[in-house]
Amino acid sequence: MTLSFLLANTPIPRDLPLPLPLPEGLLKTLLVLFFLVHILFVNLMVGGSILVVVAEWLGRKRQRWDTLAHAIAKTVTVNKSLAVVMGIGPLLCINLVYTMQWYSANALTGHAWLMIVPLVTVAFLLTYLHKYTWDRWAQGPKKTLHHAIGIAAMLLFLFIPLIFLANINLMLFPSEWEKVRGFFSSLRIGNVLPRYLHFMAASIAMTGLFLAGWFGRKSSDLSHLPGFARPELRRIFYRVTALVTMAQFGFGPLLLFTLPAAGITPQLYAIIFSGAAVGLLTLMVLTLELRASDEQIGRHYGWICALFTVVVLGMGSGRHVYREAALRPHQAAIQERTQSYAAALAEFQKAQAGKPAPAEPDAHQLFMNCAACHAPNTKLVGPPLTEIAQIYAGNPEGIVTWAMAPGKKRPEMPQMPPFAHLGEASLRKIAELMLEKGKVP
Amino acid sequence: MDFPSYYLDHVAGGRLIIGLIASLHVLINHPLAVGAYPILTFMEWWAHKHGRKDVDELAYKITFIVFIVTTTVGAMTGVGIWLSTSLFAPFAIGSLLRVFFWGWFMEWLVFISEVVLIMWWFLSWKKADTPEKKKKHIRIGLALSIMSWLTMALIVAVLGFMMKPGEWSQTRAFWDAMTNPLYLPQLGFRTFFALMTGAVFVWFSSFFFTKDTSRLEPKGQRLRKWLVYRLSHVVLVSLVMTLLFGNWYWHNVPEVMKANSAVALLSQQFMGWHSQFASLLGWTLGAFLVIAIAGLSFSSLVPRWALLIPSFMGIWLLGHFERAREFMRKPWVIGDYLYSNAVHKDELAFLQSEGLLKHATYVKHREVTEANRVECGQDIFMLACSRCHSTTGLNGVIEKFGLMYGDDKAWDSSGMLTFIQGMHQTRTFMPPFPGNEKEAQALVAYIQHLRTTREPLQGAQTIGIEAAPLPATAENHVTQQ
Repeated sequence: MTLSFLLANTPIPRDLPLPLPLPEGLLKTLLVLFFLVHILFVNLMVGGSILVVVAEWLGRKRQRWDTLAHAIAKTVTVNKSLAVVMGIGPLLCINLVYTMQWYSANALTGHAWLMIVPLVTVAFLLTYLHKYTWDRWAQGPKKTLHHAIGIAAMLLFLFIPLIFLANINLMLFPSEWEKVRGFFSSLRIGNVLPRYLHFMAASIAMTGLFLAGWFGRKSSDLSHLPGFARPELRRIFYRVTALVTMAQFGFGPLLLFTLPAAGITPQLYAIIFSGAAVGLLTLMVLTLELRASDEQIGRHYGWICALFTVVVLGMGSGRHVYREAALRPHQAAIQERTQSYAAALAEFQKAQAGKPAPAEPDAHQLFMNCAACHAPNTKLVGPPLTEIAQIYAGNPEGIVTWAMAPGKKRPEMPQMPPFAHLGEASLRKIAELMLEKGKVP
Repeated sequence: MDFPSYYLDHVAGGRLIIGLIASLHVLINHPLAVGAYPILTFMEWWAHKHGRKDVDELAYKITFIVFIVTTTVGAMTGVGIWLSTSLFAPFAIGSLLRVFFWGWFMEWLVFISEVVLIMWWFLSWKKADTPEKKKKHIRIGLALSIMSWLTMALIVAVLGFMMKPGEWSQTRAFWDAMTNPLYLPQLGFRTFFALMTGAVFVWFSSFFFTKDTSRLEPKGQRLRKWLVYRLSHVVLVSLVMTLLFGNWYWHNVPEVMKANSAVALLSQQFMGWHSQFASLLGWTLGAFLVIAIAGLSFSSLVPRWALLIPSFMGIWLLGHFERAREFMRKPWVIGDYLYSNAVHKDELAFLQSEGLLKHATYVKHREVTEANRVECGQDIFMLACSRCHSTTGLNGVIEKFGLMYGDDKAWDSSGMLTFIQGMHQTRTFMPPFPGNEKEAQALVAYIQHLRTTREPLQGAQTIGIEAAPLPATAENHVTQQ
């Protein structure tokens, strides 16, 4: 399959004519790493908001779950700020490395892309409202309202990642861009839904693991969580992580097998399957932990985190390898077109430089600056030349003075813009020509 | 012209949307982050030193407001400037990122520490219950004040650069871009403006937390007096400094603009704005002065609403300042390098000779013919005009030509053609028309067509894109092989 065939229906833009500030390879490594840090906090924010809602719902029957929900809510408001601020790094890198594809995807899903700003703001305000009204809105209908606020925030957190995913997905398939008619139609390209499911499951799994460590750590103060002992909290959140990770063995293959062929390489399979193997190992250690006694549970926490990091790094690099392969022909074509445009431009400039310097513009050429508004006999925007010639007969200096800093004389006409930038000498030439043209024969 | 055009027909070029998001961001950032943190840290320190629990409690309550607002609307409008500019002017933000990567990267690191510090500071406030812990806590506040000022210090460099790139035009070096001539005066102006408005913000919000519960024990009055007396000093000193830096700032601009002979006229535009700005600055500073002196002399008598006057004047001044700063940059989006419609200075003559459509990416046709003239004109409008103009809405081309030729008369097509080809001479804030003569005629035909049909123009986010095959030239042999 030749390059040209692959790109038959693909828009090939020219790249920006400025060099990258860092070597491309380094930028790509930074992109993968920064993105994983960002997505970790996004996971904790999204997963946290889901677990808060579930725990608060359980708390309607048993108070101890309600206090637990409150304790989780306190982590969400911190993680959400870190999710935003850690998002700037990967955004910076992706803008640089995939400038042409990324911004194009943004534009094609434009309204949704812009809506991120108000949607996230509202979601954040709701999480604060939810957290700071916990003790005040604790009874009766106020409690229902309180729960509803938590649900509203969660729903927003469930929707917003879809916008980012749509963009990340769309940028991979330039040959499909002509089919896109806004955000919702972009969801039909590639495999947004399996990616979304995989991401959501990862969010809950990560949050479970984080909370197992957060409440399970020796220094954590559990005095405000009556009814929960440390081993029990560890077990609850380990179980969440284990169950969802098990589900990932369904979502993962679904994601992999629905990927468009564009970027699939043997290397991708190697990375993903080794990642999955480590995932399996992680699951085994998790099961071991869950079976341990109250005294023993938690001793492998460090190991589980390390194994998860390996899995996440694997998935992150797999994702990057796919993107690279999918975009390679497009990137090459862009580079080719950018270079040949630069060559054509350079050739043009060389030819221009070879030509003799243009002579000083004569009065007729200079007058073109005025012709859009002043015609010989009719009023276009300003008065016709015949009228001007009458007013300034024998007084070209008067025209020059006026043109340097025009005022407003006629109420029915727009004010003339100043022409000081043409210089007095040129204005003088124009003025003389105007008087001549305006002479009534 | 190499990105699909996101376009909103009635708001024109998105300047309004970027402007709204950016102004909101600045209005939160300056008084609440840059201005208020040092003041609140000072309050905490003073309370600790003099054992004034009430001052500490007041600082905590105001910090709560600052914390909520800056970590939601404040943070998201900051990201929003980026998201909106990447829609409306991807060529500009993309170029700026390549030049300013290190600036933005440093800003990111500072921003991370700012976010971590504000959460740490606010969330650990009540836990600092011993003198040692309190001392450490005050240091967090100090670090936060420094970091939030630094984020502004870095980003102002980018703003200054966009207006006047200075040495960068020749050297293309990052440090030359950072140290552009308007940097220091603008930074000083913004710093003291932030302190001045921050003081008024703290003063205003303290009213809500210092209400007396009992007439016999006027604790609130005592607290309010303490605060107003000190904040008046902050307002007075910052006011003088704002005036000095503002003065330095606008004495720097015209000189710079004069040196740039091609846009000499811009300085006239600027002079008009200059006198307006001077009087607005005068009135605003006057309002702050009155409040500050009143606060010094009879602090308890200054009513809550009186503070709103300098606040609103401050908002107005800052809004005007940002708007004018953005306008003065025209016709450039990066001074002397990139026009506001994505055409590079050095490719202008090439495109005028070869044609814009031939080298664009998202167009329906490559060559203007009798049959496709209006369609070509529409594409040209999208490429060359739509970053600033709408069709029939805000700053619309129909409105502009109506002003010139009259709404009730026929418009002379040859006059329009002459105007378009020379408009950068008569309207020096507009970039030169970046296409050949046939394309200018097509644009005229489209505008005439638009005038009669008034059909709305949809952006790529709604109707999608179309990319005509590239013609077989040296430029794109890859797709033709």
